[in-house]
Amino acid sequence: MALPCAGLARYLLLLAQENLEFRLPEIKSLIFLNGGQFICQQESKLNSPFWILSLLSEEMARGLMKRTVCAKSIFELWGNGRSVEELHSSLKKYPVEKMEPYLRSNFTYKIKVHAFNKTLTQQEKLERIDSLEFLPFKGKVNLKKPDHIFWFLEDYGTDPNNIPEQPFHLYFGRWIANGQRDLIESYSVKRRHFIGNTSMDACLAFIMANHGKVKTNDVVFDPFVGTGGLLIASAHFGAYVCGTDIDYSTVHGLGKASRKNQKWRGPDENIRANLRQYGLENCYLDVLVSDASKPIWRKGMKFDAIITDPPYGIREATRRTGSQKEMAKETERGTENHISISSNYHLSDILFDLLKFAAEYLVIGGRLVYWLPVYKPEYTEEIIPQHPCLKLISNCEQTLSSHTSRHLITMEKVKEFEDEDQYFHILESQYLSYKSHNSFREKYFSGVTKRIAKEEKDNQK
Amino acid sequence: MKLLTHNMLTSHVRGVRPGGGFPLRIKATEVKVNNVDFNQEFTARMVPKVEWGALVEAAESLGHRGDLPSEPIPDYESNEDFLRKVHHVLMEVEVVEGMLKCPDTGREFPITKGIPNMLLSEEET
Repeated sequence: MALPCAGLARYLLLLAQENLEFRLPEIKSLIFLNGGQFICQQESKLNSPFWILSLLSEEMARGLMKRTVCAKSIFELWGNGRSVEELHSSLKKYPVEKMEPYLRSNFTYKIKVHAFNKTLTQQEKLERIDSLEFLPFKGKVNLKKPDHIFWFLEDYGTDPNNIPEQPFHLYFGRWIANGQRDLIESYSVKRRHFIGNTSMDACLAFIMANHGKVKTNDVVFDPFVGTGGLLIASAHFGAYVCGTDIDYSTVHGLGKASRKNQKWRGPDENIRANLRQYGLENCYLDVLVSDASKPIWRKGMKFDAIITDPPYGIREATRRTGSQKEMAKETERGTENHISISSNYHLSDILFDLLKFAAEYLVIGGRLVYWLPVYKPEYTEEIIPQHPCLKLISNCEQTLSSHTSRHLITMEKVKEFEDEDQYFHILESQYLSYKSHNSFREKYFSGVTKRIAKEEKDNQK
Repeated sequence: MKLLTHNMLTSHVRGVRPGGGFPLRIKATEVKVNNVDFNQEFTARMVPKVEWGALVEAAESLGHRGDLPSEPIPDYESNEDFLRKVHHVLMEVEVVEGMLKCPDTGREFPITKGIPNMLLSEEET
């Protein structure tokens, strides 16, 4: 890794210990979005809650924190070390002229002590603060409303069953900003007006928008919009949002409710009302009833990002418009405008259509972010679909069970879509595991099927 | 349906001539004007992206063209007055009930409660 060079300053990022795999692509994307490059110091371990980053400016650090849901806080790092002595000597090396503007007598301050994976007593905390008396603090302490807050952080590792006596690492720095972890609570699906059976967890929805480098005034599209949870995250970041779904009832907010103690959807349960609930209705463009596999957008029309959770027939049925014959079978849906009925939509076709769509309708540099279900025993990197116009940016696994997981795939459009790409066919080997819809589903569910069979057998005994 | 969305849509009925499915003709039975906060930067971003002729025609057909010029004016980025007119047409005028008609094949796509239904049966695609 690169050494910090001229103009770069060291910052300490304190991350939340969840969604570990998703953190690096999020932080990288956001630094990139703020015009910087990700430079992480060797000593930082990526599964630790402490990362030391080299950034060009405090403004960049603030920009990062305005978006991240993976990181809790960022600090201007004044010193660090593997022991108290190392920390002190590191702090003594930090240029006084960089400290002085924050330690002047006209500023009030406070020092917070934070230990990760250990609880310190008040006495221990005070000892830590007293140990820093060699720093040239000139201002008065103000615990309620200080001008500047300094943090003393200690890292006791990530194993709660094996907490060391002494910390592995100590840090001291000036607090700059907190991340957007509060959004996870304020956008919680629990209190959202309109939800579906598979609404995306709020934290993951924000992570997806961040991986997609969504920014203010972008146009973001979700071809499998459902109840629009992913659009909400993008709209929160200032993008204008639009989506389609093949399900007339979902788009119109009709039919059975997804909540346990509510039978039917209310009159105002729709995507627009959801955005209104969060004060984001200005960012609503439109939702349409449409089949994601059909070309309803004019040529030359471009989206800035495509963020989606395609239906893989695991929790929601996969469908696309079918023939009249099949339609005749499903006459119970009496809506006049409702032509749709869908036949099975093979997973390989969903992926093929999605990548081709992204290749054609994204701006250069625009990103496609989507979930790919994986049957773990057969997973290799080769199964990740590719397209000549799209470059794989990140691939993060979220484990669902011992043999199943889903991967959040992020791709960036790097080349204009040309006629020859129209006829691009995905390599056979890549799609083999998604080729036969039912066999994939069977495998995906095999654990569950076996368990149920066993339980039934046990019950009969 | 906003006119910005209308400007991005095309008919995809089987047999439509290449490029012949755009723009869809609007037959509106209910049009509503909603207030949307004016965002100058976003509107300026959209000006080169829209098919201007189709936008003017669509606004005209709904009786909401106002004095939107038939060509984008030079230096539109900094002309708030012009961009406000564009914003109004793109974002505030909405078709609530009506039809979108394919200019080539005549196939109609219904708009219900502001939501266009672009689905076709397999025979039509």
